[in-house]
Order: sequence, then C-alpha cells, then structure tokens
Amino acid sequence: MNERRAFLKGAIVFFPAGGILSALAREAAGAESAGGPPGPAPAGQPNGKKAYNPADHLYGMGIEIDKCIGCNRCAVACKAENDVPDVPFYFRTWVERYTIARDAEVLVENISLGSRKETAQDVREVLRTFFVPKLCNHCANPPCVQVCPVKATFTTADGAVIVDDKRCIGCRYCIQACPYGARYLHPKTKTADKCTFCYHRVVKGLQPACVEVCPTQARVFGDLKSKASRLVRFTRMNKIHVLKPQLNTEPKVYYAQLDGEVR
Amino acid sequence: MNPQMTQGLAELLEQVTGFIFPNEIEIHWSMLIVVYPYVTGLVAGAFILASLVKVFNIQEIQPTYRLSLLTALAFLLVAPLPLLLHLGHPLRFYEILLTPNPTSAMAMFGFVYAWYLMAVLLLEIWFEYRRDLIAMARSASFPLNVFYRALSLFSQDVSQEALAFDRKAIHVITIVGIPSAFLLHGYVGFIFGSVKANPWWGSVLMPIVFLMSAIVSGIAIVIFLYMVLTALRGEPIEMACLDKITSYLFYAVIVDFSLEALDFIHRLYQSEESVKILGKLITHKLFMSLIVIQILLGMLIPLGILVLAKARRFNDDLRKLLYFTAVILIQLGIFATRWNVVIGGQLFSKSFRGLMSYKMEVMGIEGLLVALGVLALPFAVLAVLLRLLPTKPHEEAAPELGGALPPPARTA
Repeated sequence: MNERRAFLKGAIVFFPAGGILSALAREAAGAESAGGPPGPAPAGQPNGKKAYNPADHLYGMGIEIDKCIGCNRCAVACKAENDVPDVPFYFRTWVERYTIARDAEVLVENISLGSRKETAQDVREVLRTFFVPKLCNHCANPPCVQVCPVKATFTTADGAVIVDDKRCIGCRYCIQACPYGARYLHPKTKTADKCTFCYHRVVKGLQPACVEVCPTQARVFGDLKSKASRLVRFTRMNKIHVLKPQLNTEPKVYYAQLDGEVR
Repeated sequence: MNPQMTQGLAELLEQVTGFIFPNEIEIHWSMLIVVYPYVTGLVAGAFILASLVKVFNIQEIQPTYRLSLLTALAFLLVAPLPLLLHLGHPLRFYEILLTPNPTSAMAMFGFVYAWYLMAVLLLEIWFEYRRDLIAMARSASFPLNVFYRALSLFSQDVSQEALAFDRKAIHVITIVGIPSAFLLHGYVGFIFGSVKANPWWGSVLMPIVFLMSAIVSGIAIVIFLYMVLTALRGEPIEMACLDKITSYLFYAVIVDFSLEALDFIHRLYQSEESVKILGKLITHKLFMSLIVIQILLGMLIPLGILVLAKARRFNDDLRKLLYFTAVILIQLGIFATRWNVVIGGQLFSKSFRGLMSYKMEVMGIEGLLVALGVLALPFAVLAVLLRLLPTKPHEEAAPELGGALPPPARTA
C-alpha cells in the first residue's frame, strides 16, 4: 500500500522530467537494463533514476578465450582497484598461458606472477597456445558459501559471492573448499578475500575494473536477467563451457572456446 | 604486509614444481590443524576403550577405566585450543557458536563438542566419581573438602540404591557415549572428507578412517600412560590387562590398515583425473611421512612387534618392552597420518598440474613450539586431574589418613 502511494506520489512529481531523463540514460547505456518495466521508471530517487534493487539483476561474466592477448591489464587493474597486495601470492584475477606441444605435453604458466624467469625456448613444435583469464566463478552452487561456519561469505541477491570482512573469523575453510583457487587470506585483514565482480562499481552501473580495461573485450560483464545485456548475447552467440562442471558448482563465468586442458 | 612472510612465500614460490593457481602458494591449514584431529582422535579412542569395560563388560581392562576417562577429558579440554589459535580473528570465535551456518560442517563443532563434553564425558565421570567425591569431601581438610563437595554437586546419598543408580547411569551414558565418540571424530573426518574440491580429502571413507585411527591412537596413548604411571608410582603392571588391551590395539591397527589400504587401492584402480598428481604427491612430497613413518614405522613394524609378543611366550619384562615400543611407534604413525591428510592435501594444486612446498615455522603462532606446547598441555591437565581424582576407588585410601588427599602413589 505504502509502496503504491510512494510510487504515485513520485510519478506525479517527477513523471515528466524523470521519465525523459531515465529514457535518455538508458539509451546512452546501450539499453543495458531493458529488461525493466516498460515506460517511465518509478521515480525512487530525486534524480529520477530507479533505486538499485539487487533482486532485479543476476550478474555473470563471459570470457572469450580467442580474444585474450595476455596483456595482463585485467590483473593489474584488479589489484589497483581492490587493494589486493602487490606481491605475487594474492590474486582476485589472473591470466594463465597454455602451450600445447605436438607430443601433447601441456605447459601452463601464470603470466600475472610478474618478473619470473622466462622459460627456455622449447624446441618442440607448438600445437596450439592460448591465454585463459581466471577469476572467482561466482558459482550458483558455491562450496565456499556452504562451508563458511559463520555465514561471512554469502551470495548477494544479484548473484555475486562476496565476503563480509567484519564477520569472517579467518578459519580458511572456504579457501580449502574453492575448487578454483580463487580465494586467499588477506594478509592485512586476516580475513578471506576474493573477486567481488567489483560489486562497489557494479551497483553504481559501472563495469568491473578488469572488464573496463580489457583492450580486446575478451571479458564481457552483464546481467543474465536482462535480455538485452551483452552477456546474454555472448551466451547466445557462442558455445559455452564452464570450469570443472563435474563438481556441480554451477559457475556464472562462461568461457567461449575453452580448451579441454583447462581446469 | 609482514616482510618476513613475503620472503617466506617468495622462497616457496621458487620451490613450486609444475603449475599451481597463484593463491595456492600459502599453506593455510598448517601445524595446529594437524594437532587438532590428532588430539580429538585421542579423546575418542580413549573413551571407546573406557566403554569396553562398561558396555562389553571386559573386566581385565578395568584398571585403565578411570585413566581412560580422565585422559579423554584432559585432551578434550585442550582440543579447541589449536583451532582457536589458528583463526585469523580468534576473538570472533563465538560467532561460530551464536550464529552458526547450518550448512557448514565446521559450524557443527560447537554442538558436537558441547554434547560430547557435557552430555557424555563430564556426566560419566561425575557418576563414576560421585561416591568417591563424597568420601573424599568427608576425609579431606579445609579447602579441598569444599572443592570436592562442590564437585559432587553437594550430593550426600551413598546408599546402595543411589550407588546402583550411579552404575545404571554410567551404563546408559556409555551406550550413548559410543556413538557420540564416533560422531566426534567421524565429524572431524567429515570436515575433510566432504571437500569435493580436494581429491586427497574428498572421500566417503575419510570419517571412518579417521575414526579407526582415532581408536588406534586412543588405545595406544592409554597403554602408554598406564605403563608410565605405574612405573612412576612403583606399582606392578597388571599383565592380564596389558595383554588384553594390546590385543584390542592389534585388531584396531589391522582394521585401520585395511581401511587405508582399501582407500589407496580404490583410488589407484578408479584412476580418476587426479590420480597422476596424487601419485606424484606421494612419491615427491610424502614419501618420508606416508610410506616410511605412517605405514612402515607406524603400522607394519608395530604390527610385527605385537604379533611377535603374542606368538612367542616371552617373559613379562620383554613383553612390556615390546608393547611400549609398539605404542610409541603407533603414536608416531597416527601423528604422521594426520600430517599426511592435513598438510598432504595442500601440497598439490587443484589444477592437478603442480606441487607446492610447506616449510614449518619454529616460532610464531603456527609454529613448532606452539604446537608442542598444545600437545604437552593435555598431559599437564591430566596430571592435575589425576591428583584430584584418584584412579583407584576410594576405599583403598584409608580414611584414617586424617583428611589428606590420597597420595598419587596409592592410585593406579
């Protein structure tokens, strides 16, 4: 009842200006949230923008392996954006390089580790080679959330798996339970830390830092609930695979052209 | 960031073989988490040994009954300490008790622990000692008599009916206690066994293997304590008791060994995705602790010693020596078992492409010294418990002692 009254009141006051502004804003944003109600949005905020409602969204990421050039900008941007210690032991995202030789031997390196000694030039013929950006898969069935003894790590209504560092007791069970090695214990806070999809940016309508800086658009971020989102288009246009599907974690990071060698 | 830690991790990074996920370089569950299942295993094992007397009415091992109960209590009181010290935020531990996550195996710790301590162990010890506490409250001098009276919860009734009720209560508690002890340690095994991300841990056999190894280590520690205590007190060892307990130890080691062999053969035969890296883990990282210490020194040699001691009619002294050697080797082996599970499970990458290294600290909260302290603490607690609660029934402590506490030499 109250909601309806607020809606009507807001609509009467802000309808003309708010409607036009939000329509323009949506146009400018590439109709990213076209899944919302048609017509003018209810004016929840004075500027006419609809208040952020997590339940309206479900975030995921698409990664197109063939577009990744291994520039490592994503891993660098992530550390800068999220206060990840600048040492090669803690990563919210990183890039792996796979080199598969003709004798089927697989060489995997982490190019985000920085100044590591270069591997000697291999004389064997290279069969195929590619980069794989990795990050938390924000699983729909996350083992880390299941095992956290105090519910410090949880899934938000919009699908991000995040950690409450005011609540985490630092038992590290979640780190053990993650099949993807996506978690670490932050050396300053002594609590579990991981990719948040840059939640602080996303709720403001921005892209995660790694997506923002990717020069080849190998990373696609979007809302699975919005039919017009780039991510939904990405999953429509590509054959999709996820990491370790046999573990039934139901990842929301979708890979296109993923090689079977990648775990 | 701590520069020492950075340097330590940088050293470990140099020792990585193959490829690992970058966050895997830090070994998160280290020495203290090895100590934790070892200590709870001793609790469960010692209690199950005590239960044999009451439920299955095996009278030969009666001399170790009270010692087993007190051993279980001493180790149980210390069991949460390694967990607490290991937390990143130890002062937030109460969150796990007040607002536990019902889907988390670890969050059940508070319930399992409280149930076992309050509803099983303390209750059984209280009923077992109630009569003695009343008698000691009468004979002891001032501060102690009040203490004993408080411990007896101010009960006064030593009539035959009351004592019969005590015995009945102990019987019921023991019957509830056996599954509870299974729960306590099976649960610790479940914490590891339910981690599907880790093929070294994720096995349905894990809780059962934990339980059997707990029984092995618990029986062995009671034998060790019994032999040491009788020697300290200058009393003779009851060989019938010792022979009987070591037979149980022998059977328990056989079952434990069979289960672990089954687990090993099953993995090898199923030959899943992880089999190669686990093979490398065993040959490159765990050869000493798994093959040499756990299997050879901790199982096969003690089994041989026990067979030898049983098959040949050696004299008492030689048997004692053989038993004593066997139980020490078995303790070493079970500690290595915990090590191989906890540390071993973190030495290979979940990408199945590489191996990490673990370097034990000496100082520091996760270091060797703290771990040794935590391991020594239950023995100190047990010494206090044995002083306060004699392991021999009170009538042998003569009432004319004039209220003095029965000296430890009088107890067994």
